[in-house]
Amino acid sequence: MRPSGRGELESLYFDYPLYNFRRPPEMDGSQQRHPVIIAGAGPVGLTAALALARQGIPSVLLEKKQTVNDGSRAICISRYSFETLQQLGAVEPFVAKALGWTRGRCYYRDQLIYRLEMPHSPDERFYPMYNIQQQFIEKFLIDQAAGYPDLIDLRWQSELLAVESRAEEVDLTVGTPEGQYTLRGRYLLAADGARSTVRSLMGLRLKGDNLPGNYVIADVRMQHDFPTERRSFFESSGNPGSTVLVHRQPDDIWRVDWQVGEGEDKVEAVREERVRERVRAILAMIGHRGAWELEWWSIYTANTLCLDDYRHGAVLFIGDSAHIVPIFGVRGLNNGLADAVNAAWKLARVLKGSAGTALLDSYSPERRGATLDVFRNAGKSSRFMTPPTRGYALMRKAVLELALTEDFTRPFADPRQVQPYTYRDSPLTTADADAFGAGPEPGSPLVNHRLAEDDYLLDHLGTGFTLLYFVGDRSPVAEVEALTEALRGADTDLDLLRVEAEPGPGPRGQVIFDTTGNLREAYGAGAGALYLVRPDRHVAGRWKVPEPNRVAAALHRALGDKD
Amino acid sequence: MKQSLDFTELEKAYDLIAQAIDEAGEGNEALFLSKLCITLAHAIPDLAVVEEAVRTARGK
Repeated sequence: MRPSGRGELESLYFDYPLYNFRRPPEMDGSQQRHPVIIAGAGPVGLTAALALARQGIPSVLLEKKQTVNDGSRAICISRYSFETLQQLGAVEPFVAKALGWTRGRCYYRDQLIYRLEMPHSPDERFYPMYNIQQQFIEKFLIDQAAGYPDLIDLRWQSELLAVESRAEEVDLTVGTPEGQYTLRGRYLLAADGARSTVRSLMGLRLKGDNLPGNYVIADVRMQHDFPTERRSFFESSGNPGSTVLVHRQPDDIWRVDWQVGEGEDKVEAVREERVRERVRAILAMIGHRGAWELEWWSIYTANTLCLDDYRHGAVLFIGDSAHIVPIFGVRGLNNGLADAVNAAWKLARVLKGSAGTALLDSYSPERRGATLDVFRNAGKSSRFMTPPTRGYALMRKAVLELALTEDFTRPFADPRQVQPYTYRDSPLTTADADAFGAGPEPGSPLVNHRLAEDDYLLDHLGTGFTLLYFVGDRSPVAEVEALTEALRGADTDLDLLRVEAEPGPGPRGQVIFDTTGNLREAYGAGAGALYLVRPDRHVAGRWKVPEPNRVAAALHRALGDKD
Repeated sequence: MKQSLDFTELEKAYDLIAQAIDEAGEGNEALFLSKLCITLAHAIPDLAVVEEAVRTARGK
């Protein structure tokens, strides 16, 4: 919502681009069956299109609107998501615009009780978290998609009206300003958000819980001198009985987030005068004395809702269409992006014929598993932010009171920010047979280790599986090269990436030099160790002494072949 | 005996006690919490620890 007198797209800081409908070939007789259709050009749908394009797979994106999101909405992007954006070649404008942060402060009755410090080191390329408005996220991804005119067909003002799906075919009816047409595809990615049209057209329902509590988020523009940190306030003098969060965004925009009082009407809570009153009280509390302008606001509730299955034949649900998670811990958008990447590399392999549709069977267990993990963490955060019962309310008050003087209850105020999910229990993952003392375990993402100035491990990965091979003096490089060739029969994009101590004689190719030994140490990798890495940079398996048949078996498993 | 619970266990205790308070009901929660305290005091075989805990909970 916007202040009275301002239109939905009249922002204080963002110029909304207008994207016009263009008549598609289907309206002039084309019957082409597209490999992938994506419903929804929000951050998740756009990321899916870019991830498919990276794999050489064309897609058609349908978007009902003519522009990007009306407000800032999802503003926190995690390091893992930044690494995803970098792999998609899209990260530069994000790095230039977004505000990176590592710290937070939590106050109880106006006293600082907890200092959040997210793990960070000079060996990381990205900060643990970045703040940026969703309009910029979408705009940057749209700009990036425009760089693939042959692979990404973005159709604005195109509304999905009907879905007919079979095993490997979908027929869609699309409504446009010039009338309807039929769009034929092999797969449909439903990235059309919390109120998914695909979901309702297919008669599917989200299941789970609506948690108690309503929150208003409001953006204000002001000159306010405070670092980019997450600030949370419990029982503050200006806002008793209400939890408040404050975040900094680019362009002098500040996100103020407060809990609607118990018994307060939801309609009243978002009335402009009421919003101004609350913002005024919160800004007074954080010591802001200067001018401020109200930009935009919205209301949300915390829910833990998801589909029973994220794949229904040729339709895969990605992002909020599949799951609605509580805002606390910033897992909504970040998990949606991970859904998109997961679905994209699998679809690409099925469409290229290097994997059977069994590979798609792993999409739901992996990504729904991530959702359930979110529910566990965000559920805890929600129970703390909005105690659901008198017992929880009393316990929260007890630990917050104690936190004024005691260290031991302070971690209760930790926001439990998003962590990348580990596909440890996935059917695609091969568990360790060898004992590794360090390094990402099977199912975990690679650590984007710093190799040199502006040179990190993920910069060296290709679009397919990667054999990350730690070469030693007596390592059988020729054998591993032969294995690489053999495995390319299963994944044509598979690359061998050799890690060597220092430049020496021998065949060149994809090689990185670990002169300090830091990478070997971080990966617990002695000479000859090998990591098999999936296209989404998660570890499929690893061996201290790789036997070709075991590596091949792990690759086949990671491509969905049953044992 | 360990000097203190690690945080994961403390979180479990938090949930357990919150749910038990709800189960006791508003009229009985003070009695329930008093019983819980004396039971814990009995399980900690050190009066000095109990005295210190009472001071901590009072806010000193």
